[in-house]
Amino acid sequence: MTSTPTSRRRTLSQRDARTGILLMSPTLFIVLAVVVLPLVWSILIAFQQLRLLEIGTASPFRPLTTANFERVFASGELWVSLGTTFVYTAGSVLLSITLGLIAAIAVRKPFRGRTFVRAAFLLPYVAPVVAVTFVWRTMLSPQFGIVNEAGQSVFGWAQPIPFLSEAQRTLEVLGAEFPIPTALMTAIAFEGWRYFPFAFLFLMARLEALSAETEEAALVDGATPLQSFRYIVLPQLMPVIALLAILRTIWTFNEFDDIFLLTGGAAGTGVASVRVYEFLTVQRNVGAASAQSLILSLVLIVMLALYMALLRKRGERL
Amino acid sequence: MSTPAAQTRPDAHGTPAPTSRTAPSPPRRRPTRYAVERRIFAVLRWVVIAGFLLVTLLPFYYMVLLSLKPIESLLRDPASVIVTPAEFTLRAYEQVLTPVSAGGQGFGTFLLNSAFVAISAVILSLIVAVPGAYAVARLPFFGHRQVNALFLAAYLFPAIVMAIPLFVLFTRLGLRGSLVGLVLVYIAQTVPVAIYMLRNYLETVPVSVEEAGLVDGLSRLGVLRRISLPLITPSIMATGLFIFMIAWNEFLFALLFLVEKRESWTVSLGLSQLSGSAEIPTTVLMAGSVVLTLPILIVFFSTERLLTGGLTAGAEKG
Repeated sequence: MTSTPTSRRRTLSQRDARTGILLMSPTLFIVLAVVVLPLVWSILIAFQQLRLLEIGTASPFRPLTTANFERVFASGELWVSLGTTFVYTAGSVLLSITLGLIAAIAVRKPFRGRTFVRAAFLLPYVAPVVAVTFVWRTMLSPQFGIVNEAGQSVFGWAQPIPFLSEAQRTLEVLGAEFPIPTALMTAIAFEGWRYFPFAFLFLMARLEALSAETEEAALVDGATPLQSFRYIVLPQLMPVIALLAILRTIWTFNEFDDIFLLTGGAAGTGVASVRVYEFLTVQRNVGAASAQSLILSLVLIVMLALYMALLRKRGERL
Repeated sequence: MSTPAAQTRPDAHGTPAPTSRTAPSPPRRRPTRYAVERRIFAVLRWVVIAGFLLVTLLPFYYMVLLSLKPIESLLRDPASVIVTPAEFTLRAYEQVLTPVSAGGQGFGTFLLNSAFVAISAVILSLIVAVPGAYAVARLPFFGHRQVNALFLAAYLFPAIVMAIPLFVLFTRLGLRGSLVGLVLVYIAQTVPVAIYMLRNYLETVPVSVEEAGLVDGLSRLGVLRRISLPLITPSIMATGLFIFMIAWNEFLFALLFLVEKRESWTVSLGLSQLSGSAEIPTTVLMAGSVVLTLPILIVFFSTERLLTGGLTAGAEKG
């Protein structure tokens, strides 16, 4: 637009800039009012003593204190919950991307019914979380769940396994005993099930965009399918996998719905976001809840910065 | 389960027969490893596809299965995976949809609430996002980059961090417990992603078409209304349906804002609250899950192609 600086051209681009701001302003207003302002306010609340009962009347400008952070840090539960969150996040991200990759590779070549298969693979991701967690809870129920029924009659389990309410069990493999955090593993399995379609979708799109030439050349050179995957396909998928890993980490780290609906945060699955909710509704301490969520946000901001840097490195606009 | 639109998609790009892709036959001299791997993967692929299909579809099958039989037959034979004609019944649906006053669970009201919230969110969010997306895609206004980064951050920021300040804010404004307040939150949650999707679609409209309109004396708004919008109408619908899915599935804000008022519950909230109670038979709740899931599946499969294309547009650039 700057290459031809005639006066007519300039006024058009000036007019465009004004129209742009005009068209943008409703969105900007909503995002500022319902996203940015609350975020700033939550920083303020984190430094104030605020109980749930007072929120209707208390002034936003109350004396500042670091008591909430002392409380959150002192309880020791913060570190436990952060540790759980890390395990939960790492496990879920790894599992969902691995499953998504396997699924994407499996349906890569055309076959009859591929459209149906692809649509079916997306189901766990699009279905309402409340419905799928309820079905999982029912299926895993020790009383009449189909999984325990099948386990007992087909696999010969001596007793039903309380998948979602047992914190830990010892697994015996070849005489060695391994402690397994049952409920946490179940929650991770659920995350893998629910979010593999997301990775599947992105990886499939990338696979379809790959040019066939390199692979054909490798085939002519006698590369086996495994070699071709390892040295030709996988390297080309790495940028998407990195992107997926960061996106999924951002979302899983703060995931609330899934854990809350599956276990309620009990049995060793008390991730940090569920703790925020507990501070708010059980302890009725809004300040402490805010402080805990602020700590979560800090981790998140680091991840966000990483994500944006990655996007920029790939030459994409934000 | 897939739609006509999805079925007509050309699966293979050049539609070669599945085997012709690997046509260049491997060198005869070293057949062993290549031949072995090829044979293994040819079988493994179908095993993987079958396994994934089983795991993704089983929970949904189980959901429908339990909703069609009386609770007594579930408790009598929990391992049964079919519903016999003798036990087939729609009683569960009847019970779940009947109003509370008539002894049911009142999901009819929940459905109306969910529909109101989701449809309002779609309409209002689109009204705000369409001009915004046009500005981001086409108009070089001041602060362009910053606005984009802000939207990306707002989209990626998880609900649990925003939940506390919004809880406090809406309590003070008297909007907590009202569906209108919930709609407002959903708009803020969906506008950034709507802008992102619409921007991708808008950029497929050639600039020259718009410039022709400008030369012919249309204003920018005229161009937007008469040229660009008609060209991307299907994409606007797809974005709208995506917003619908987010709003319909949302759980955390519905829980925080509406839990005290049963008559305002959404279907998600209703199911999650009632599934904690021991008095309501699992089969009835399964019928509730089906009622909650069905609208989403209809919406998803009628637009699957548009949706997946828009969401992964960024990944394909790779």
